[in-house]
Amino acid sequence: MDLRPRSHPTYLAFVVHRVSGLLLALFLPVHFWALGSAIQGEARLEGLLRWTDNPLAKAGETVLVVLLAAHLAGGLRVLALEFLGWRARQKDMVAASAGVALLVGLVFLFNVV
Amino acid sequence: MASAASLTVSVWRGGEQGHFARFDVPARENQTVLDVVTYIQRELDPSLAYRFACRVGMCGSCAMTVNGRARWTCRTHVRKVVGAGGALELRPLGNLPVIRDLVADLAPFFDKWSRARGTFQPKEAEEGAVPDDFAIVPPASKQRRQADAGIECIGCAVCYSSCDVVAWNGDYLGPAALNRAWTLVNDVRDGARRDRLDAVAGDAGCHSCHSTQSCTERCPKNLDPSLAIAGLKRTLFWDTLLGRR
Repeated sequence: MDLRPRSHPTYLAFVVHRVSGLLLALFLPVHFWALGSAIQGEARLEGLLRWTDNPLAKAGETVLVVLLAAHLAGGLRVLALEFLGWRARQKDMVAASAGVALLVGLVFLFNVV
Repeated sequence: MASAASLTVSVWRGGEQGHFARFDVPARENQTVLDVVTYIQRELDPSLAYRFACRVGMCGSCAMTVNGRARWTCRTHVRKVVGAGGALELRPLGNLPVIRDLVADLAPFFDKWSRARGTFQPKEAEEGAVPDDFAIVPPASKQRRQADAGIECIGCAVCYSSCDVVAWNGDYLGPAALNRAWTLVNDVRDGARRDRLDAVAGDAGCHSCHSTQSCTERCPKNLDPSLAIAGLKRTLFWDTLLGRR
């Protein structure tokens, strides 16, 4: 793919929104599987939750939170564009969406570490 | 890069299945990409096909892909786009059939203007007839301002060529046709609003737009087709929700 015609902030925002959505969709079955383990008893869920205390799982959770925040912030930007016609400062809105996503990720990281 | 003695210009030759030919063109202090193409055709290879007319950014016919981006070559200074070592890469506009060399076939582009009902249809007169009286449209009214925002499009197809959705879905009407439809939806003298909204509501219409805004980013006239498409989406949403269509 030729990146030259696509190298502008709103295109990057589109890619982040799409990729984060796909990755979250891929994660959903794992999420439901983890929740479903509660049906098989408290101990099983507790065991799973203890396993997620390891640093690698925490890092993965942080990435998930960033993806979720990025998808939410990017989605709000698109809604503002399409329903409210907010056109001014689109690049600032892209930057703000990215900032919100990273901030949420950092807050999560500081809370779990 | 204007200090380079010569430009190394790669020019697309042939049709869809073609190749790049290389030309060395003298670099000048002030030269447009169209000057470079004209030099090649007049001095190096008279068989080169390209299209231009006004040379001053009014007609849009000289649009090509320059170093990967669709541009008007007559309004593009070489020094602003030239790559390392004086490299220029010229291709015909993307997302359109190639006739030959740097000439793209714009027929599909204008066909989509028709499909988007891009023709003004007077409300109180039969098609093509002159209305009995002048319509009074206050310049400050919201609809007039929304129509004004997109009315200066000259149909150069730079936005169409830059749109990924067109590349993914060959039926997609594209930014220019949808921008035209939006100006007419906002034209209070027009009587085809319902048909036009139907025409732009399908799978190939405004809802396919992913708001990457490449059209807005590349429009040489600084128009905002992305805003026009968002307006169509919004109008269709509320009209459908409130049972107005």
